[in-house]
Amino acid sequence: MTTTDILHETFSALTANKVRTALTMLGIVIGISSVIIMVSIGQGAQATIQNSIQSIGSNLIMVSPGATRSFGYGASTGRGSARTLTMGDVSAISSGVQNINAISPEVSSRYQVTAKGTNTNTTVTGSTPAYTTVHNVTVDDGSFISQGDVDNKSKVAVIGPTTATDLFGDGVEAVGQSIRINGLEFKVIGVTKSKGGSGFGNQDDAIYVPLSSAQLFLAGNTTYITALSVSATDASVMTQVQNDITNILLERHKIADAANADFNVLNQADIVSAAAGVTGTFTILLAAVAGISLVVGGIGIMNMMLTTVTERTREIGLRKAIGAKRRDITIQFLTEAMALTIIGGAIGVAIGWGAAYAVTATGILQTSVSMSSILLAFGVSAAIGIIFGYYPALRASRLNPIEALRYE
Amino acid sequence: MIEIKNITKTYVNGDNETRALRGVSFTIKDGEFVAIMGPSGSGKSTLMHILGCLDTPTSGTYVLDGNDVSTLSDDDLADIRHNRIGFVFQSFNLLSRATVLRNVTLPLIYAEVPESERNARAHAALSAAGLPEDRYNHMSNQLSGGQIQRVAIARALVNNPSLILADEPTGNLDSQTGDIVLGTFQRLNKEFARTIILITHEREVAEHADRIIYIKDGAILEDGSSHKKRMIEHGKKKA
Repeated sequence: MTTTDILHETFSALTANKVRTALTMLGIVIGISSVIIMVSIGQGAQATIQNSIQSIGSNLIMVSPGATRSFGYGASTGRGSARTLTMGDVSAISSGVQNINAISPEVSSRYQVTAKGTNTNTTVTGSTPAYTTVHNVTVDDGSFISQGDVDNKSKVAVIGPTTATDLFGDGVEAVGQSIRINGLEFKVIGVTKSKGGSGFGNQDDAIYVPLSSAQLFLAGNTTYITALSVSATDASVMTQVQNDITNILLERHKIADAANADFNVLNQADIVSAAAGVTGTFTILLAAVAGISLVVGGIGIMNMMLTTVTERTREIGLRKAIGAKRRDITIQFLTEAMALTIIGGAIGVAIGWGAAYAVTATGILQTSVSMSSILLAFGVSAAIGIIFGYYPALRASRLNPIEALRYE
Repeated sequence: MIEIKNITKTYVNGDNETRALRGVSFTIKDGEFVAIMGPSGSGKSTLMHILGCLDTPTSGTYVLDGNDVSTLSDDDLADIRHNRIGFVFQSFNLLSRATVLRNVTLPLIYAEVPESERNARAHAALSAAGLPEDRYNHMSNQLSGGQIQRVAIARALVNNPSLILADEPTGNLDSQTGDIVLGTFQRLNKEFARTIILITHEREVAEHADRIIYIKDGAILEDGSSHKKRMIEHGKKKA
């Protein structure tokens, strides 16, 4: 039998009962498209989370104060709320740790902010010029806080694009206007460039003021800071920088056991890998659920093929009588099963791809359809065709032509 | 040329042994038109399966065109079937969802005949079987019984087999259409010198052949160069 003959036979067999063929294929279509959609959602979520982690800075090490907890089983006031990090710690780290690119001490808290007739509630961060380096912040309009602003305790502010829109409206020049933070007037000297984040921790909805001004006018003390961000010179020295910072702080805070530390040192790479681990598990879970529907689809194929073999027993007998070998019959039925799964798989990939685009278009979730998931889906559907088609095909090929011809 | 010698066939079903053939021998020369006749249960179907290389005998030899085919494997028998034997069945066994031409070319697919030759050979076989040319592209389920059986005959002819085996070819046809089909066999035998073996239980059908082998209880009772008077007695016994 030539390939053309096999394809011709397959085509006429599959079109003989179009409704049944379509319904059987539907199982594979649903299975493959759900695998594609689920994996694309998982991978999209992973990419989104990693982007937002990357956008807070590169080679970043974050130091935050520990939680204060009253003795025994008292309530924790939450991580970062304790006053344990001081400006002295900052200068000790700055002078005592090697391979630091920039160091950015920060004091941040949420305040009610007002401008002529409008108001918003946002995070106000007291920062130094190093903030831009450490957190990859760029200024779109005006300038960022200068060392002079920090030294002079100037009442100037740099605002995020979302905050600018909230306070002054769309397309209105914000630089040069005044805002009131906690009742004190600050002059806007710059607007940062959008980073495109969203939701909690949106870096486009933020206000930056000089560190010294924030300590003096807003926090009310000039010693403590609420966070310290350090950017290492290179990804390979992250661990060394992290360890050195931990050691200096343990020594300065006179803590012998690192388990009792009154601060936390987080490495951006750890966060990325933790997030990747979570989203990876999530993706596998989604793919496994979708995979079950694929197996159900495969059983549907097997069921249809077994029915077909029974229905066409006489035809198989005839084919054998006029000279078909076992192999010819096996190939014919296997090709039918594979045609079902491959056509179903192709439709499933198309639907899954379309649905992933639709999900992205709604803006709820970013999705990304990778070539590897398409190839995998295709490979799996072809494999299902072979696995679930093989048994019926084998049964057909082993039919005795005499009995098959007499079959009623 | 068909030579069978002392063929037996025993079916074992649990403890039961059924001896369907108990030593059958005969020779059929090229170009003969032979009817194998016998009541149901006589073993004629088993004999047909062996002659058609659908089954192998328990003992004895079957030599077809000089080759001993009594001990071949399944796949080798398949080769013999599509090279040397054409089948015509009582229940036609056409593919109903395929055209007449597709049905007739089916054996050529398995014989690996190039696509370019197939149509010409199918046309030749169909015209030898006497089907009007305007029916060639009809679906086979749009034809009448007589036309269907002629398509089946064309399908049996298309490989130029040394032997055409017809198993009760008129069993599902009315007597008038049956006569047309039997006439077709006679014409193929006379005009195209085809060897034809007709298996039937009806004397009237068997009498269209030149030679009748009467078989009963798995053995040959009578092998007569068809003439009718002796056979009539057996026919009456059966009735």
